[in-house]
Amino acid sequence: MSVPNHPAETPVPPVPELDLSSAAVTERPPGVLRSGLRLWRTRVGLIFVTILVAIALFGRYIAPYSESKGIALPNQPPGETRLPSTFGSGYKGQDVWTRFLYGGRPILISAFLATVLALFLGTLIGLVAAYNRGKLDDFLMRVMDVILALPQIIAALVVLSMFGATTTVIVLTVGISTAPRIARVVRGTAVSVVERDFVAAAESLGESKTRILISELLPNVTAPLLVEANLRLTFSIGVIAGIGFLGFTPDPSAANWGLMIFQNKGGIVPNHWGVTLPVAALALLTIGTGMMGDGFSRATGGIDRARGDA
Amino acid sequence: MDEAVTIRNLRIEVAETGADIVDEINLTIAPGEVLGLVGESGSGKTTVGLAVLGHARHGVKLARGDVTIGDAAMLSLGDVALRHARGRLVSYVPQDPSTALNPALRINKQLIEVLEFHNFGGSDAARRERVQEVMNEVLLPSTPEFLRRYPHQLSGGQQQRVGLAMAFACRPSVIVLDEPTTGLDVSTQAHVLTTIRELCHAHRVAALYVTHDLAVVANLADQVAVMYAGRIVEQGPAAELFQNPCHPYTRHLIAAAPDMSIDHEMIGLSGRAPAPGKRPVGCSFAKRCELATDECRAEFPAERVVAPGRIARCIRPFEVPVRTQHVAVHSSPIAASATHALMVRDLCASYTRHQVVHNVDLHVDRGECLALVGESGSGKTTLSRSIGGLHREWTGEILLGSERLAQSARDRTTAQRLRIQYVFQNPYSSLQPRRMIGDSVARPLLIGGASKTDAARKVGEMLERVALTASYASRFPDQLSGGERQRVAIARALVSRPEVLVCDEVTSALDVLVQASIVELLGELRRDLGLAMLFVTHNLPLVASIADQVAVLADGKIVESGPTERVLRYPEAEYTKRLIADTPQISELPER
Repeated sequence: MSVPNHPAETPVPPVPELDLSSAAVTERPPGVLRSGLRLWRTRVGLIFVTILVAIALFGRYIAPYSESKGIALPNQPPGETRLPSTFGSGYKGQDVWTRFLYGGRPILISAFLATVLALFLGTLIGLVAAYNRGKLDDFLMRVMDVILALPQIIAALVVLSMFGATTTVIVLTVGISTAPRIARVVRGTAVSVVERDFVAAAESLGESKTRILISELLPNVTAPLLVEANLRLTFSIGVIAGIGFLGFTPDPSAANWGLMIFQNKGGIVPNHWGVTLPVAALALLTIGTGMMGDGFSRATGGIDRARGDA
Repeated sequence: MDEAVTIRNLRIEVAETGADIVDEINLTIAPGEVLGLVGESGSGKTTVGLAVLGHARHGVKLARGDVTIGDAAMLSLGDVALRHARGRLVSYVPQDPSTALNPALRINKQLIEVLEFHNFGGSDAARRERVQEVMNEVLLPSTPEFLRRYPHQLSGGQQQRVGLAMAFACRPSVIVLDEPTTGLDVSTQAHVLTTIRELCHAHRVAALYVTHDLAVVANLADQVAVMYAGRIVEQGPAAELFQNPCHPYTRHLIAAAPDMSIDHEMIGLSGRAPAPGKRPVGCSFAKRCELATDECRAEFPAERVVAPGRIARCIRPFEVPVRTQHVAVHSSPIAASATHALMVRDLCASYTRHQVVHNVDLHVDRGECLALVGESGSGKTTLSRSIGGLHREWTGEILLGSERLAQSARDRTTAQRLRIQYVFQNPYSSLQPRRMIGDSVARPLLIGGASKTDAARKVGEMLERVALTASYASRFPDQLSGGERQRVAIARALVSRPEVLVCDEVTSALDVLVQASIVELLGELRRDLGLAMLFVTHNLPLVASIADQVAVLADGKIVESGPTERVLRYPEAEYTKRLIADTPQISELPER
């Protein structure tokens, strides 16, 4: 180095030790969950979902009658029932409000379980496929493509007519037919994560494959996974309500929003409430989960994130 | 003399918050002159470059000041006038030519388009002639078959030359070049730089050359302006500025720059430049400056002429901070043992059946650093990944002490894996973003069977050892700067007390001051812990500061190896000679 050093005129002060700890700790950008909840669409969605989940789970405890008690002749509008009723009677003369309060739980529980199953299977398959590129990846993803090629509701109907419409079969059918969509999303995200050096660092330390999947890859695909899970929950509710509408429910005499629409559609002229209530509930539930999903996906995509950190 | 471009009192801010990205920028460039605008990432140099084109990125506002080119005030032109000025009056060469060229159009079409838009030449025949001419100017073939190529059919250097041809096509009076050679190999870089200089001088084009690379500027620019935290702290003629820097920051930059002179020690500087909106009232460098006084902290020093033709914003110009003075540190050689710490014999590695490394032999002893130098595509990363067990398609022998290593890390024993550790190029990619620093650093210990409390204590110690504090253990990677991340990565590699450390381009993603402090740290750790280090790099000057031995890799073969001093001073292989000649150096300013 040929830079001549000019001698300093004043005696040189001791070199100040630079204190690293005093440097302000950079704040972390909020995660998907928190930044998603800052958006109004997520909040509104969350309110819808909370209300309907509360109705579905706890509605039966405020129901005026028991689930199958007849209160009037079939399809009587409010005010013309034998026993007092806000929303009149349904196709068998049972109280519409009571049936409504009872009818959410089976759909919600099976939709939730089906989504959890789909999440588990889809994430596992997606991560394994992304990490083991090559033959295993090809095989797994082609299997997923085959399942995707079948229309979900038709496949569900075939399986349900073969094995009977028990809750287990419904959950398994909907769960398995939903898994490929999640697997695709997870694999797509994980493929780019696998390329990153921290995975190579874990490999060079000899971490087990399971550990790499769970503690290196999984935490880095959660954002799109959350969005996808939300979307799949919305779709599962729709599919299971649809199956119910077509008469495939574990217990045909029990209240079920999907089935209720089918049963009361004949009496829609004298008493529309038998259809309106479950339709409104299902609509609000799917719209609510949809809005939440949309809010979270905006948070991951950064569309609504505060700018200005240039 | 009439200036080609004048920037006066330019302030650019974040539109939303009004925080200053750059402020009080005054620059002039004469026709035919190259001005090097030097700064670290985040200093605002690119923002200034774009302002010359009358452009501000999204969310950024040109708040105050003038940019005048000829008689055009770039900042007050309307959209249409601005479109016509760009390309004709002032043109731009971006950093990455592969993304700057339209991949779907033949290069001839792209060049003709520029000329047609500005109605240059008047007729199609004249424009075709101009394409031929400008291709010759940038030293590319102007044959029809070459012009019919698509960008992907060209090499990186050729792509950048096409970018230059497009920029020079309409004979602009000003050209802005934003790190145009960053992605190129040194030999390609040298040729592109020569072309830029000759074109600017021959056609009287004023060039604003934006870069972080001091050595490039030292060799290319007539004038240099140094930016720090959004302000120009010093400017002057290149030769004088590098011979005798005035601002302490410039001194630090030069002290930190790698250089091939053999007794050169790179000196880093801790801390980081204040971000927009967090800048102090006084001199923004005061916090990191050992010469700072209360006066510096009270008010930002005004621009003043410190020597003929030289302007600086410092109240203590030409004083020398102690930390920039070179102290020669000589490593005492550790007694040689019978076996090498790491030995590679007859290693051949291939990538999808294509052989990229041919019969390589090398060895590293305890406490020794071997630099593996090569340009992109030389096979250096494949070689180092084979040693680290991350690449398994290889044959030959890798011996760790006296043990023969298996192909992949998974087939090696835990002890072997811990004895040889790998530090990756990009610290933004090598730390799991969702895991706390402490947990990342503790993994090697836990794998080695340490208890959790024991691991936590050692992690704390190791973080201190790499000049961080134990409190970093509870932070996440996104709270750390690039240099801090790389320190964490080094801590993770060293926490299990390995014998061999493989460093793969560990400083190439870092700024020059940070690079210097990482190199300092690695040198210190190597001496103290007796590490055998394999330092893989494309940066030849870096080698002088860190390595005892050098092996030069070209096309997968070692073309030359030996002690650093011997190889750098008296290279034998043609390839090494060319590499050294093409590498720009601060200490060897060209005669003007």
